[in-house]
Amino acid sequence: MKRFLYELSESWKIAAAQMRSNLTRSTLTALGVIIGIIAVTLMGTAVNGISIGFDKSMAVLGDDVLYVTQWPWKPVDDWWNYRDRKKIKTEYAETLNRMIAVTPNSNLVVAVPTSNLMRSIKYGGNQVDNVFVLGTTSDFIITSTIDCTAGRFFNELESRGGANVVVIGYDVADALFPAQSPIDKSVLINGQLFKVIGVNTRQGTFLGLFSWDSMVAMPLGAFNKYFSAKSESDVRVKVKDKRRLTDAKGELTGLMRRVRGLPPEKKDDFSINEQQAFKSTLDPVKNSIAIAGLFITGLSLFVGAIGIMNITFVSVKERTKEIGTRKALGARRRTILLQFLIESTALCLLGGFIGLVFAYLMCFGIGKAFPSFPIHFSLGLVLVSMIVSIITGLFSGFAPAWTASRLDPVTALRYE
Amino acid sequence: METRNSIRPFGPVVIDIENITKDYVMGEEVVRALRGVTLQIRRNEYIAIMGPSGSGKSTLMNMLGCLDTPSSGRYEFNGKNVAEMDDDELAAVRNREIGFVFQTFNLLPRATSLRNVELPLIYAGIESERREARATQVLADVGLGDRIHHKPNELSGGQRQRVAIARALVNGPSIILADEPTGNLDSKTGEEIMDLFEDLYQRGNTIILVTHERDIAVHARRTVHLRDGLIEMDHAGFIPELDLPVAR
Repeated sequence: MKRFLYELSESWKIAAAQMRSNLTRSTLTALGVIIGIIAVTLMGTAVNGISIGFDKSMAVLGDDVLYVTQWPWKPVDDWWNYRDRKKIKTEYAETLNRMIAVTPNSNLVVAVPTSNLMRSIKYGGNQVDNVFVLGTTSDFIITSTIDCTAGRFFNELESRGGANVVVIGYDVADALFPAQSPIDKSVLINGQLFKVIGVNTRQGTFLGLFSWDSMVAMPLGAFNKYFSAKSESDVRVKVKDKRRLTDAKGELTGLMRRVRGLPPEKKDDFSINEQQAFKSTLDPVKNSIAIAGLFITGLSLFVGAIGIMNITFVSVKERTKEIGTRKALGARRRTILLQFLIESTALCLLGGFIGLVFAYLMCFGIGKAFPSFPIHFSLGLVLVSMIVSIITGLFSGFAPAWTASRLDPVTALRYE
Repeated sequence: METRNSIRPFGPVVIDIENITKDYVMGEEVVRALRGVTLQIRRNEYIAIMGPSGSGKSTLMNMLGCLDTPSSGRYEFNGKNVAEMDDDELAAVRNREIGFVFQTFNLLPRATSLRNVELPLIYAGIESERREARATQVLADVGLGDRIHHKPNELSGGQRQRVAIARALVNGPSIILADEPTGNLDSKTGEEIMDLFEDLYQRGNTIILVTHERDIAVHARRTVHLRDGLIEMDHAGFIPELDLPVAR
């Protein structure tokens, strides 16, 4: 063991001396690994960023909210079984709230109805098309992560009265009111005037996924008065403890069956969804992007590894006589093997480190240039790239090192 | 040196080879480099192995140095059978029992004298401080106490060979095996190196010189002549007239 440690430290010294004395060669060889590590690290960062972007968009849904809908949030093969289901009505929310109130130790907090459709919205000469118009109650803020940057969400009074007030998303506010505060201005939706009472905090969009930034919320009463015709409705229910989501789901299913008046032998004619379900349909997409990306960038690292392998073979050939001498002095096969493995690994580690520094700078630059892209350079990534570098070094050094360790000392000593 | 022709008393047998042969396959041909060599070398001997090129001299040296194993025959080194050793065991014998001195010095070019001499100690698993102390001591013994931090390219040929000799001595080997140790040196430096070998002999080392130069072989106390893979003659001292070229 002690000898192994001495040989190890000796090998590191030799590797360092070797790199110093063949500086150009080592640099050029390491360049392959540098490029490889930059590619892999940037791709890793991008994949990480996409993943975080997805999660951020998912967060809109809330991880402690159940959604009662006609269609489930997953691809279905038997769509005809869902098509004829009864629509979800906004009134269910009230019924559910009454039931929740009389259930002891209920896992549910509150049910909130939502109706929505797409409409254009105007102020003065400015117009925004395809805005997600949402009709709901004042309880909506309980189920949502929504926050107001200016003004407020509508209150219970406005909610019950169906007042003509709206809370608008950040991007909508930005487009309609580029130079002034939107608060207390009146916007035109579908020929009706609505007073702006609040603006949502900016949430950021990612890959065109849904975001509150391009939405408008109003009391359900007002919504039903003007837009009820082609709207979609569902009911979202806040859960008391997200660790007991399954229990909550069971309870809500029971309540909904009572609301719908289903006899026990009938199947559910509604779906109860959660963020997780949505995520699990998106995850395969996310994963295939990650695998494809890392595979392609991994190829460049592989090319770098071949460079290292090649140069280690050259090094073994050049130093055949030295290997012979070392064997004559008592170096065992594994000593020689270790020495060349460490040389290739040291080269890869150096390349990996330099590559990482470059990748970090590039990430920093991209982050500054495109703040909306959720770029994420983590310590984990640093560790992974270093481990990948070491593995690359061991992989590419093994064949040459093995050749060196198997050299016959007599032949090696005679080599010129 | 006045003790030049004094013969020290022999010790126990270090090398005991009996009827060893070595065949090489070169393409289709089998080259019989050694055809049955029997030889005993005792501790405290100073022996020269001579012979023209192609005589099997180098092959015999590789055998003695445990760099190679014989095709047949018996080889015992300090009573242990070398023919049956695996690679790691042979490496251990080379490390601890044999000190190699090469014609071309074979120093590591980018390492200092000290680091070069330390190398066998690293392979022997000696800890750093003891390594350094021991290597420094041996370098001083060969007259290089002031050159321990020099690299080979900062040393003269004679000094390089001294480093190599120090490296051969550092593990306290049973034999020193020198292959044409003055082959790359001018005659004056060569004489100095031979004086050093004489000194080492007087201090109790066992030395095997492999050479084709009579001027070098005369330093030994015993001479073994090889020809065509066989021992032609094995005698005490050096008898110059016996070593004259023989017409074939």
